[in-house]
Amino acid sequence: MAYMHIGKDFVPQDVPGKVTGRIKYSEDYARDGMVYARLLTSPVPHGRVVDIDASEALAMDGVIGILTADDVYPDGEPQSPGLKVLTNEPTLIGEPILAIAAVDEKTAEDAMMKISLTIERLPFALDPLDSLVEGGPDAYNGGNTFVFRQGFASEKWSSDQVAAFRSGSEPTAEAQQSWEYGDLAAGFAASDFVYETNFSTAGYPHMSMEPRSAMSYWENGKCYLHGTSQSLTAVAEGLAGIVGVPLEDFVFVNEATGGGFGQRARAGSIPILAVPAKLSQKINRPVMMRVTREEEFTIGGARQGLQGWIKVGFKADGAMAAMDMYCVSDNGGKGGGGDANSAAGGVSALYQTEAMRFRNTSIGTNTGHRGAQRGPGENQIMAVLAPIMDKAAEDLGLDRLEIRKLNAAQNGDVSGPRSQPFTSAYMPEALEMGAAQFDWETKRSRSRQTDGSKVRGLGIGQGYHNAGRSGMDGLIRMLPNGRLQIHNGVGNLGTYSYASTSRAAAEVLKMDWANCDVITGRTDRHLPISSPQDGSNSIFTNTRTCYGAAQDMLGKMKEIAAADLGGDVADYDIDGSRVFQMADTSVGMTYAEVATRGLELGGKYTGEAELPEELNVVTALAVERLAGSALMGVYHDPRHNNNPPGFTVTFMEIELDKETGKFDILDLVTIAECGTVVHPQGLANQLRGGAVWGIGLSAYERHLYDPQNGLPASSGYWQSKIPTYLDTPENIGTGWVDLPDPENPVGARGIGEPSMGAVSAALNAAISDALDGHLFNAAPVTADMIINHVAGISENSVPLAQNNFRG
Amino acid sequence: MNPKTTRRRFIKGVIASGAAATTSTIWFAANGQDKPAGAVERMIRINVNGQVRTVDVAPQETLASTLRYKLGLTGTKLGCNRGECGACTVLVDDVPSYACSVLTHSVKNQVVETVEGLESANGTLHPVQQAFVEELSPQCGYCTPGQVMSAVGLLRSNPNPTREEARQGMAGNICRCGSYDSYLNGVMRAADIG
Ligand code: FES
Ligand code: FES
Repeated sequence: MAYMHIGKDFVPQDVPGKVTGRIKYSEDYARDGMVYARLLTSPVPHGRVVDIDASEALAMDGVIGILTADDVYPDGEPQSPGLKVLTNEPTLIGEPILAIAAVDEKTAEDAMMKISLTIERLPFALDPLDSLVEGGPDAYNGGNTFVFRQGFASEKWSSDQVAAFRSGSEPTAEAQQSWEYGDLAAGFAASDFVYETNFSTAGYPHMSMEPRSAMSYWENGKCYLHGTSQSLTAVAEGLAGIVGVPLEDFVFVNEATGGGFGQRARAGSIPILAVPAKLSQKINRPVMMRVTREEEFTIGGARQGLQGWIKVGFKADGAMAAMDMYCVSDNGGKGGGGDANSAAGGVSALYQTEAMRFRNTSIGTNTGHRGAQRGPGENQIMAVLAPIMDKAAEDLGLDRLEIRKLNAAQNGDVSGPRSQPFTSAYMPEALEMGAAQFDWETKRSRSRQTDGSKVRGLGIGQGYHNAGRSGMDGLIRMLPNGRLQIHNGVGNLGTYSYASTSRAAAEVLKMDWANCDVITGRTDRHLPISSPQDGSNSIFTNTRTCYGAAQDMLGKMKEIAAADLGGDVADYDIDGSRVFQMADTSVGMTYAEVATRGLELGGKYTGEAELPEELNVVTALAVERLAGSALMGVYHDPRHNNNPPGFTVTFMEIELDKETGKFDILDLVTIAECGTVVHPQGLANQLRGGAVWGIGLSAYERHLYDPQNGLPASSGYWQSKIPTYLDTPENIGTGWVDLPDPENPVGARGIGEPSMGAVSAALNAAISDALDGHLFNAAPVTADMIINHVAGISENSVPLAQNNFRG
Repeated sequence: MNPKTTRRRFIKGVIASGAAATTSTIWFAANGQDKPAGAVERMIRINVNGQVRTVDVAPQETLASTLRYKLGLTGTKLGCNRGECGACTVLVDDVPSYACSVLTHSVKNQVVETVEGLESANGTLHPVQQAFVEELSPQCGYCTPGQVMSAVGLLRSNPNPTREEARQGMAGNICRCGSYDSYLNGVMRAADIG
């Protein structure tokens, strides 16, 4: 289908501000009279605050005030996992206990030194299995796990059970969570190749480039909070609740966000933003809270580490007949995340496994706060499974590409325990396209070729994430001058989805993009509820809402024209600047005239009547405040049932040096299967960025903690091993299948997360290939693990562990 | 929480709001001045973006602090404040430097350029900025000013780098969004324009 805007590149309105430094992140704002907050954080991995004596600090010149957990939670802290604003019951080193405000940061720091904090040390755990074993320490007060609707509990296995699991056996303890479909026993019985192993994937921090600094002030009873998020309206109501102010008195300002990879999507993952707001309310001064890199490490979220056991069976033709998976998930210090469940769902979706069982037990450790991180679960498990797919292919005498094609998801397929259908799926096409672009036919022969200590390895990876939701709202206005204002609550964190989804509205109304404004950046610009911009869902979800709002406006424009100029609504069409009669195009009105007339008519035309009944409270407030201001299009997107997948495929060639354990990526081609492409440059950026993340997952990034004191050893960029220019290839080839999805009005689905999974899978497969098919069953596979393997030291001699070196 | 603990009674003497309100200008407040501005020995002149600016600088003050919190040049970002990420990169006598790790007093006699100084007076973007727009190099944009300054520094010393030379030249700038390839596209395009 020929589009005006969909599939075309454009310059999003914030890009010039990014290259000139003019765009503002929360720490770039200032107010007269502003004071500075510093955080006093927990020095112990698990403890209970007994006393805080701040009298000496508060008596210092220039110290303005203090905020403690008692101020925030006068009735006591919620007894549930999850980050608190401030806490007296820290469960990780660096967790904020109090904030102190002073005229400058140095004074605040000096004041911090004068605070006497008495804290009771409690036992701590760094590895879920250390806690799971009988008599092991519990990470939380009241247990090592949290049971929904029941509270904290203690989950224990016998030492024999834990030891057997560590050494590779199937766990025998009952799991907290499970699902199953198909006949597992029959699947294994029908399998010609069965592989069974334990595995581990590391947790590691998000490390968004912008620390979650925030500034807040109160004016005329309203709280203004400059902060960071993945979507403004998705977090606004929750943040208002945490601050303790009605939504209508809360203004969230967030023009740009310096990175959000899952941990800025919900208010519950950024409660720290409430510190300056509450402190400002208490001391009646604007408060800037600058968050340091180390603090960002602690409260910025981390990927869940998984320790697990899998058994997988393939039939003679290569079909994945059965998969049995048991995970122990690392829930970190504040609970949380569903990586294991997503991992299992991802296997079912990507490999169309005929029978499957999933079991999981989640255990807390006194390590970084866990939660969603780019492709949570799917991306870790694909890195583990890709080399096993190759092993199966080798054993069954199949080509590595062919075994993937055989198991690939296609139109009409379903996945998961509920057999949920895909909205559409073209994985075989993506594999074909990637193979052609990479020239798999030629390059496959280079597999395992050696040159001195160097050896070539080839890998194919696949990625998946459920990539689209519904139930959000759209809101657009046409001003009397004919300009279109597209109100969009999607955050500006670098995907440019706030702009590209808005173009669906311009598409419907056939308007030049130069005549459209995207209204965003602060909630007092009246924005509708939007996707939280997590789960790769913005493109699917918010093109639906913008498209729907524009359809609503189009109908109203035709109604106004028909009422004024005669004829039926069906007699009218548009051309981007006029509404006119198709039979006689000279009879019509300009968009400006229609908008002016709509304003005169009021009522449903200006958002004062006949609104969709199910509008979210955030949207309803925005519409109420804009009512009567312009011709308005309003839409509530009804729920849809099917699963819009984001799929990716990566082909990679590496050269691995067996003497150093290091490798160079010689060629990397990554292909998206995400429906119609909305914004090619934005998509290419997601594929390239995902590739860098995939390389980090498979080769570099992991949490490290000092086992004696629970101190984090990877709180900076240097130690957490974020990939740099030199860790990534000079060129990343990209491509896309570009076939429309029927359940999105412009045919689009999301891609941000699977863009990473395919690359991590391809890299682990390539490393394994270079080492004659050796299976590490882990991510990352680091240089030291490779060197140990080459030296004949088995990584199996090192027991399954989390938050520590392995291999 | 042990209900018997009485932390609150220890939190004494909260100073009445405004009692220490000395911050008539936020820039001085932001950087740990022990006293209000005016200590003569701390007044220095630095050349930033072609203008000589007189500013009160504490002995331990970093260039990033001076730029951001005293001169209002917030385009220079702080990602780590400890020399690991490159978000704070500025040019000091044409050399890309981490402003978080340079003491302001040490650049008194040098020329400092920040991302704000690249645009021409008529608003024309510098070729690197223009190329970064055309290639959509930034994602979240937080590392972008540092990437821009490293690219400008690189192209001044090597106007026609190979892609590999550009990769090496930019290697001091981390991008958590992983936009390296798009930045390299921008650098190569800027070399063509430039
Ligand atoms: S802020 Fe200076 S190098 Fe990171
Ligand atoms: S564009 Fe986000 S850190 Fe580089």
